[in-house]
Amino acid sequence: MSLLELHGVEARYGPVKALHGVSLQVADGEMVAVLGANGAGKTTTLRAISGTVRRSGEVVFAGKKLSRRPDSTARAGIAHVPEGRGTFGELSVWENLRLGAYTRRVNLKQEAQRVYKFFPRLEERRDQQAGTLSGGEQQMLALGRAMMARPKLLLLDEPSLGLAPIVVGQIFAVLERMKSDEGISVLVVEQNASLALAHAARAYVLEVGNVVVEGTSDELRANEAVRKSYLGY
Amino acid sequence: MVVAAFTWTEFAQQLAAGIREGAIYAGLALAIVIIYRSTRVINFAQGEMATFTTFIAWSLMNHGLSFWTAFPIVLAIAFTGGVAIERIVIRPVEDAPVLTIVIVTLGLALLLNGLTSVIWGGANRQFHGPFSTRTIDVAGVPVSVQDIGIVLVSIGLVAVLALFFRFTKVGLALRAAAVNPDSSRLVGIRVGWTFALGWGIAAVLGAVAGMMIAPVVFLDPNMMQTILLYAFAAAVLGGLDSPLGAVVGGILLGVTITLLGRYVGFLGSTLKLPAALMLIFIVLLVRPSGLFGRVAVRRV
Repeated sequence: MSLLELHGVEARYGPVKALHGVSLQVADGEMVAVLGANGAGKTTTLRAISGTVRRSGEVVFAGKKLSRRPDSTARAGIAHVPEGRGTFGELSVWENLRLGAYTRRVNLKQEAQRVYKFFPRLEERRDQQAGTLSGGEQQMLALGRAMMARPKLLLLDEPSLGLAPIVVGQIFAVLERMKSDEGISVLVVEQNASLALAHAARAYVLEVGNVVVEGTSDELRANEAVRKSYLGY
Repeated sequence: MVVAAFTWTEFAQQLAAGIREGAIYAGLALAIVIIYRSTRVINFAQGEMATFTTFIAWSLMNHGLSFWTAFPIVLAIAFTGGVAIERIVIRPVEDAPVLTIVIVTLGLALLLNGLTSVIWGGANRQFHGPFSTRTIDVAGVPVSVQDIGIVLVSIGLVAVLALFFRFTKVGLALRAAAVNPDSSRLVGIRVGWTFALGWGIAAVLGAVAGMMIAPVVFLDPNMMQTILLYAFAAAVLGGLDSPLGAVVGGILLGVTITLLGRYVGFLGSTLKLPAALMLIFIVLLVRPSGLFGRVAVRRV
């Protein structure tokens, strides 16, 4: 069953149309990648879902029409880790994690322990200002904060951007575990197509605001055009 | 130049008076900073909001309520009023240029000032505070109970607010929304309401400042105007972004003004304000973002 369905979603920044009717689906517990060149509309697709850009068209989440207000989509169970990670640089690591669970009434310490199991580094840095963390640690914090919300769907924008390969490996390993242990669905935008295809079950390729190719990761790897444009071999 | 005869006792008395002045400035400066941090708006109506609520306190007491019974009622009214003002007056211009919003708050100040005069008249009124004006002996220095009371109430209020911002979920949400509204929405915070809440808290701070200072200066519709000017100065001195800065700036300013007025003979009471502002100007030349202004720490 589909957790998330987009039907003909359009979005614009002022007069510039960034999405021309994107349709896609994410199933329960599935990791799906969105590929494409710069400016293809990958980030905008995520933003249209979470409501951080004005959109038209239909977005159905868990069987219900999804609100267009970002605070409401968060409450519905969608955690969006945006471009630039969106951590609160002036607040401490612990405060960032507390904010992750903002919509829930839970034992914060217990929930944080769960995050620390995935990212022990965050426990060491608990009282440090988030803005002083390294890029990799910030990405961990962004993911950890998303985990605090216990989302049904995680929207991830370029998790590998600017990070050392070893850190990228760690982060994708955690994503795999979140998916298998907690059944979280993930919609991930990635520049690094081979990395994304290695982890995602299916993928969509965007070009100037349209879905031009879709299929399973194996199908996409076998697709001549995709291979040439995005995998580079 | 007249050099006043100096005694340590008198110096300590002046210091105490300065701290009391400063406590009032600090409260109002803190209100200004709370609104500025979240919406980047300087609220010029802050003083008139405080005066208006102080008049409400006066009316309640005129109807036979004691000060401490009226106090929580007035705080509740101030809070509700602050939230309502944000929702009704500020919200529609939220996305307008800052200058537009500033003009709106100026209009609001004039409106509230007029309203106060219409309802209560323009005359000075005696406002009976909760504290006695007699002096008690503190380590050999006679200090008025009223001054001590004002300072303690201000400290108490600031402490409660500090705990609220640091340890409660809502307080954390307010801080988060102030520094990063976009990310705040993504974790489910209703950012618009945190702004309204900020206005409510600011109105409460103003109400307390008003009720504390009214017994000292007499109550009239323009009571807070000069005080607001000092509060702005205090907020800028501390760094408009920093709540701690507002409090420290307020106390520093109160003490400086009082001591200048007393000990630098030629300044007296007429020139102490410009002299204090001159000092602030010099501080800002050295530290443009104020004493506690934010120096962003960021690693990319």
